[in-house]
Amino acid sequence: MKASAGGYARAQDVRHALDLLAQSDGQGRILAGGQSLVAAMNMRLSTGDMLVDISRIAELSGITVAGDRLRIGALTRHVEVGGDPLVAEHAPLLTQAVQFIAHAAIRNRGTIGGALAHADPAAEFPACALALGATIHVQGPDGSRDIAVEDFFEDVFTTAIEDGEILTALSVPLAEPTEAQVLEEVARRSGDYALAGVCLVRRASGHRLSLFSVGSVPVLATATMAALDAGDLDGAVAALATEIDPPSDTQASAAYRRHLASVLLRRAVARIGDQRT
Amino acid sequence: MTDMFRDKIDISLSVNGEPVEARVPAGQHLIDFLRLDQSLTGAHASCEHGVCGACTIRVDGQAVRGCLMLAAQADGADVWTIEGLTDRAEITDLQDAFVARNALQCGFCTPGMLVAAEDLLSRNSQPSREEIREHLSGNYCRCTGYEAIVDAVELVARSRAKGGTA
Repeated sequence: MKASAGGYARAQDVRHALDLLAQSDGQGRILAGGQSLVAAMNMRLSTGDMLVDISRIAELSGITVAGDRLRIGALTRHVEVGGDPLVAEHAPLLTQAVQFIAHAAIRNRGTIGGALAHADPAAEFPACALALGATIHVQGPDGSRDIAVEDFFEDVFTTAIEDGEILTALSVPLAEPTEAQVLEEVARRSGDYALAGVCLVRRASGHRLSLFSVGSVPVLATATMAALDAGDLDGAVAALATEIDPPSDTQASAAYRRHLASVLLRRAVARIGDQRT
Repeated sequence: MTDMFRDKIDISLSVNGEPVEARVPAGQHLIDFLRLDQSLTGAHASCEHGVCGACTIRVDGQAVRGCLMLAAQADGADVWTIEGLTDRAEITDLQDAFVARNALQCGFCTPGMLVAAEDLLSRNSQPSREEIREHLSGNYCRCTGYEAIVDAVELVARSRAKGGTA
């Protein structure tokens, strides 16, 4: 099928983008890397959008360390995240995630802010942000605000971004010297969406575990995290079964996704090292 | 609706080294623009949601999915398709190797496959077979079973390393 767009405008800067959104009568749609949006438009899952192309706003791209946090601009492309030394040092979970995201040609265009705002429950970056305890930075007509990642993902393709707002960046705490971060997933073909995946972070303060492709939003498995903190792996696997309610679809049954989640949790724990069982 | 949004957008870009100016519909993707308006039918529009890789072209030096980029977004871009890469003999060795190793049958995937393969070789001159498979994992071929394609790319990598052509 062919896309049906209501209109297109290229934003010069964030203020211009916000003005365009405000004038779109609620039909505004932010176009960044386009790797999900243009696909959805081509399939006519989204029609009549007034496209606000933010992809050339230089101020929204780039990776910096500010104080004790790593800040990644919304327009930073997957290929840039994957190759960035600051990300590799301070948030290696994101570096690992990039190799699982789609294919090289898509990683060349897709952006991390787009992935978060799109909020596909099967995508890697939303779950990474959740496991890392990220803060999502958005800007709107009345200024900017910060959203804790735990409050950000509301439903399939639905986030706490309000109409008229733009996601500008995310920031994550710098990894501690002894911190460990691993991502494990299973997909049918390299680069396809995962049938199930886990992100596991171990900090001095405890574990953080998020799962993707097991529900309508990425899941922070707090009971499983508590069991891991107590050094009880079998207890963690048992707790995980109560914390996810995965769907059945043409890719995998709910039972298979449950099975994968428990296997991936054990793999992640094994990789992360010194877990007592 | 505001006049800040347009349903037709004027773009100016370079296609295969030639300057092009055009007025494109807001929702038209780059492959339809190249195929329908520029008569460059080498890259194929197939799945149109980024899965098959048949539309892979080079934009500003990077391999991209032509079906997932709007023509309007290509304003100012440097676009290369299989036609231009062929004309300037940039991938002749790859094309010869694909023929020599029977790395195509129907040929539908081949233009995208070649652009993706060249994208790999430009960044990793000596990829392992596993790395070749991984890099081409986003390009479907329904004829060959991929083995011959990996053979061809590996052959070219080795040949280029020796300073020759396949």
